[in-house]
Amino acid sequence: MYKELRNHIIKLFGSDTRLDGRKFTDFRPIKLETGVASSAEGSARVNIGKTDVIVGIKTEVMEPFPDTPDEGGIMVGAELLPLSNPDFELGPPGIEAIEIARVVDRGIRESKAINFKKLCIKENEKVWMLVIDICTINDSGNLLDASALAAVAALKDMRFPKYENEKLDYKEKTDKKLDLKDLPITVTVIKIGDKLIVDPDLDEEKVIDARLTVASLSDGTLCALQKGGDYPLTAEDIDKMVHIALGKAKELRRLIR
Amino acid sequence: MISMGKINVKDKDIVVPGETLAVGMDNFPGQGTYREGENIVASRLGLAQLDGRTIKLIPLSGRYIPKKFDTIICKVTDVTVNGWRLDTNSPYQAMLSMKEATSQFIERGADLTQFYDIGDYIVGKIVNVTSQKLVDISMKGPGLRRLKGGRMIEVASNKVPRIIGKQGSMVSMIKDATGCNISVGQNGLVWIDGSPEGELLAIMAIRKIEEESHLSGLTDKIKEFLEKNNKGRITNWREKIEGKKDTTDDNNQ
Repeated sequence: MYKELRNHIIKLFGSDTRLDGRKFTDFRPIKLETGVASSAEGSARVNIGKTDVIVGIKTEVMEPFPDTPDEGGIMVGAELLPLSNPDFELGPPGIEAIEIARVVDRGIRESKAINFKKLCIKENEKVWMLVIDICTINDSGNLLDASALAAVAALKDMRFPKYENEKLDYKEKTDKKLDLKDLPITVTVIKIGDKLIVDPDLDEEKVIDARLTVASLSDGTLCALQKGGDYPLTAEDIDKMVHIALGKAKELRRLIR
Repeated sequence: MISMGKINVKDKDIVVPGETLAVGMDNFPGQGTYREGENIVASRLGLAQLDGRTIKLIPLSGRYIPKKFDTIICKVTDVTVNGWRLDTNSPYQAMLSMKEATSQFIERGADLTQFYDIGDYIVGKIVNVTSQKLVDISMKGPGLRRLKGGRMIEVASNKVPRIIGKQGSMVSMIKDATGCNISVGQNGLVWIDGSPEGELLAIMAIRKIEEESHLSGLTDKIKEFLEKNNKGRITNWREKIEGKKDTTDDNNQ
């Protein structure tokens, strides 16, 4: 379907460059803004090139799940707005939206950066639930990394609302922040032909062979992996991809202060 | 008695959809406007143009609408029994019939994908647009062909005349400066094929034209921009790329 485009991209790879003139492991310019939605307890907006994602966090007090009576939790949902890409349709979330939500969720959850036990208000009765909503404003490629970065920045930005006498007052925010032990950063590495690149744009996303999403902590601990694309990866590929992702994660982590 | 027509706008005024441009039956609604009772109302954002008693509108935004005799770049979306279905980068699809596709003899039941396959881009001419917006494309004419290699970018179709320039002066200037092959479709698709640096420079120049199309002295500005950014790097690019294959690059990761 995209044979000509693929050939062209591979031809450019031959002279060490990409469609927009970047090097293989260059991100587009990233802009990160927090506190963009006043009605949310925490929010962030990330631009990677023309890609634009907003993440908002609402806190809820609810009964804990029966298997973890003393733990709160997070819920991640992604909505790919039809305005952000002509291919996105209204209706229940599709495979892409579910994947973004799950990869972001897993990156944060498995990093153990949030101590869910600390989100417990009263065992068996009341716990905090953090609802993380991802909204795509514009899709120009690499929604995954943008969403994950915005989600972590929003968690960092979050303030709990006032909760007294079993009553939740969203209008009054407290100074209480979420205790984040580390910042899990998600970087996706793409394989096209025999080259590995990061931060694909829309055209590059059409012709990927395989991709590996790597979530990692500041000390280089891997928290989560997600493989996508139609072609397999060799062990050597994965080594290289993880190495690239860890290097890039360091750069991205610096953006969240 | 109906009062004499009153025109509310001057030539080249910016008007918005719904704006009443003129009152009275003395004036006629042209392209981009319509009549509502006695009023002539703008249907798009654009510049008003008074042409005798006709009030026209040059659109400043909005999608491309197919027009007869336009040369456009389309993408093949389907291969049917008697031709190809094309995406025209507009709200309407187009058809390319076997008869209009080639002067070659096509045997009954032949595999049409050998001429144009799904996903291919072609340069075609619109030969007919019906009132129901059924669009017919022809491949017979100079410069009409399948586009091989290269890349496609999208520009606002309203800016296409500025990108092409008078008698194609602007686009040939970019071609000369960047060493790229460039095809501009009226529907806002632009095909570019050249060296990596050349393509980037051509895209930057086209984006600059899009942004500054309303300013005067555009040609000089773009000329200056191209000269400043070119620095003689773009020469013999084909040799450069093909010669590079021998020196295998080990610093690419």
